[in-house]
Amino acid sequence: MTSSPHLRDPNSIPRIMRLVCVALAPGIAIYTALIGPAVLAQICLASVAALFFEAVMLKIRALPVRRFLGDHSALVTAWLIALTFPPLSPWWLTVIGVFFAIVITKHLYGGLGQNPFNPAMIAFAACIIAFPALMSQWPAQGLSLPFEQQLEIIFGFAPRIDALTAATPLDAIKTALKTNADTNIQELLTSQNLYGTFAGRGWEWVTMTYLCGGAFLLAMGVITWHTPFAFIVSMAVISALCWLIDPGRFSDPLFHLFSGGAMLGAFFIATDPVSGCSTPRGRLIFGCGAGLLAYLIRVFGVFPDGIAFAVLIMNICAPLIDRYTQPTVFGRRARGSDAR
Amino acid sequence: MLRTLFPFPGGVKPEPHKEASAKAPIASAPLPERLVLPLRQSAGVAPLPVVRVGDRVKKGQVIAAAEQWVSASLHAPTSGKVADIGHYPLAHPSGLAAPAIVIEADGRDEWRERQPLDWQKLAPQAVRQYLQQSGVVGLGGAVFPSHVKLDANAQIEELIINGAECEPYITCDDRLMRECAAEIVSGAALLRDLTGARQTLFAIENNKPEAIRALRGAISEQHEDFIVITLPTRYPAGSLRQLVYALTGKHAPFNVLPTALGVQCFNVATVQSVWRAVAHGEPVVRRVVTVSGNVRAPKNWEAPIGMSMDALLQLSEPLSDTDGLIVGGPMMGLSLPLTDAPITKGSNCLIARSPRLFPPRPPESPCIRCTACAQACPQGLQPFELYWWSRARDFAKAADYALAECVECGCCAYVCPASIPLVHYFRFAKGELAAAAREQKMADSARSRFEFRQFRAEREKAEKAEKLAKAAAAQAAKQAETATTPLATTQDATMKSDPDHA
Ligand code: SF4
Ligand code: SF4
Repeated sequence: MTSSPHLRDPNSIPRIMRLVCVALAPGIAIYTALIGPAVLAQICLASVAALFFEAVMLKIRALPVRRFLGDHSALVTAWLIALTFPPLSPWWLTVIGVFFAIVITKHLYGGLGQNPFNPAMIAFAACIIAFPALMSQWPAQGLSLPFEQQLEIIFGFAPRIDALTAATPLDAIKTALKTNADTNIQELLTSQNLYGTFAGRGWEWVTMTYLCGGAFLLAMGVITWHTPFAFIVSMAVISALCWLIDPGRFSDPLFHLFSGGAMLGAFFIATDPVSGCSTPRGRLIFGCGAGLLAYLIRVFGVFPDGIAFAVLIMNICAPLIDRYTQPTVFGRRARGSDAR
Repeated sequence: MLRTLFPFPGGVKPEPHKEASAKAPIASAPLPERLVLPLRQSAGVAPLPVVRVGDRVKKGQVIAAAEQWVSASLHAPTSGKVADIGHYPLAHPSGLAAPAIVIEADGRDEWRERQPLDWQKLAPQAVRQYLQQSGVVGLGGAVFPSHVKLDANAQIEELIINGAECEPYITCDDRLMRECAAEIVSGAALLRDLTGARQTLFAIENNKPEAIRALRGAISEQHEDFIVITLPTRYPAGSLRQLVYALTGKHAPFNVLPTALGVQCFNVATVQSVWRAVAHGEPVVRRVVTVSGNVRAPKNWEAPIGMSMDALLQLSEPLSDTDGLIVGGPMMGLSLPLTDAPITKGSNCLIARSPRLFPPRPPESPCIRCTACAQACPQGLQPFELYWWSRARDFAKAADYALAECVECGCCAYVCPASIPLVHYFRFAKGELAAAAREQKMADSARSRFEFRQFRAEREKAEKAEKLAKAAAAQAAKQAETATTPLATTQDATMKSDPDHA
């Protein structure tokens, strides 16, 4: 007969993954409104590719395909890839990303629960190194293409028109500052019409919605507050410091927090339980490190955004951090002190 | 009176399912024709039979006597004839059979002579012995002989009377507190006097307002200074270490009994049985058992020890899709097929299983390190680490993550979204560690036996050398009489015979 307890909370892995998808949905809606249905096309494409690769790998590893496909974890990875890759990327780029995530990062490391790195971020890192130009082309501001044309671009029937694409506000500022030493941020923001109400125009609402989605995950108990809190605070603090030192060359904290992948990173990527830290203090350190690194990489590095590399670097440190942040066992003053 | 509680970490809030069985008053189960009484009814050493097959016994007569200190006597729950002494199956998944005495009831239910104990005139040690002979053990499930816990030298500060009853479904303590509050309070006063406790605290979860009211009433009627503390309903509030911490802020690690911290804890049912034994001369022959789950009439039954579980279950009319029993609560109890194994002193609850109430656990998925288990663990452990190392059979590592502190409460497995039977892994790992420790001990004792043999051999050699040396010395002395000679030889021999050198 079965062993105790004989009751179980109705929570399950598929439910957790579904909640993550639900939490992403509003962000996706706003993103789609901003960019166009290409976003949805990418999500569908990534999902189909992810489920396909997942099924193939499960088959090869002789695991029950239907049960593990049903845990929806591949879907979450696929959606994160679709949301972090440029929406007008060619289809094969997305598929390569998904391949890296599902086949290499996840299954070759032992499958669900075993991967030391965040699959979606490995996908991003691999692709931005291999295809830096493609991974930096975002639809130009105010560009609204009909759906057919977006599809044509994604699936390669139409030539890629460079004029239609541009860098993100974050990237644009960095490049401009690098190439033109005379200019300053205020000038750039107004002249290039990049600035919205409090951050990159358009983007600010997408990231705002991710923040709301993150709050939903917190409320549902899917994630704990430690990682996102530490991420946001550390990024706010370091960007505020730089900004106070030289507001001409460094954007303000709000701009940083609500541009690029900061919110997605804080609530949906750095919180990945498998590749992140598992102790409360460890999560604080993890979030802090990820926030700091993301800022440093996006401001001083060569890539348009720093979330992926920041999270991957912290993934490497996670086991070590966990080891040194074990919480006190109830009834003992400190782990390993008395009563051993 | 307001007291600060020390909230223990973690915990879970499963559906209580208590209303159904808590509504009705405790009912007396009709006397069965046959009672099977396993000798081992408590922790420690089983008592030895003092009756023979064919003997007539009266209700309350000792049928097996405690011979050692950590042991408690066993009594006939009704009058009748000893029908058999042999091996009978216990309520255990292994279907294990154990020595038991079978009594055929004569239907008269005739008591042996009962006399209250004039305990105030007796030495505490005599009262303790009396409780041992009355078969009083912890009725909350742990079945530790109560007299052992009443050491007056232990310097008990707080006496805790545990009426928390945090497991879902179980309501026997709730009903008992409502119906027998006065006896419980009197029993608590007796225990307070025996332990010399400075303060007596009753702990009850806040989902039992009637019980709280009844106890408060009884306490003020008897003019005691006991405090009833209302605990937030959160499993496992009634678990010993969690309860002691919540009330006193004192932590007891796995290898330290709360007694060592000046706290002693008794379950309310135990306290009542203490009082029945002392004030009425009634040994423990019955207990209240909650029968609930997939039954038409969930209820608390006062049943004789030794009654078949199946017979008791039938009293509450199980529904047709009942496919098994849970003995104890659903969080820590045993799941068994339908069984006619007997009720023992530790059986506080029978839950009829059905696939609807207790759906089978979905297949186990890989751990995603979501840490839900760690957030739920009332011992502050990292169950997913324990699981990882137990699964990898690296039990030393599991021990390093404080496996020994796990109280097997089941909170972690309850919340795990991957449906991993964590407690199962932990029991397995603990078993392996215990086996390894036993082997180590055996190896150690073999080694020390070997070393002792060697030591003896050396000693014999040394003794021989000493004898030789003495003989040599004697000879030397003799020779010295004749000539002035070899002192050196003598010294050498003395050195060799020095035991420290051997
Ligand atoms: S609750 Fe289950 S899945 Fe989550 S960390 Fe614990 S063992 Fe792993
Ligand atoms: S069973 Fe052990 S590890 Fe699991 S919650 Fe209870 S004490 Fe913690």
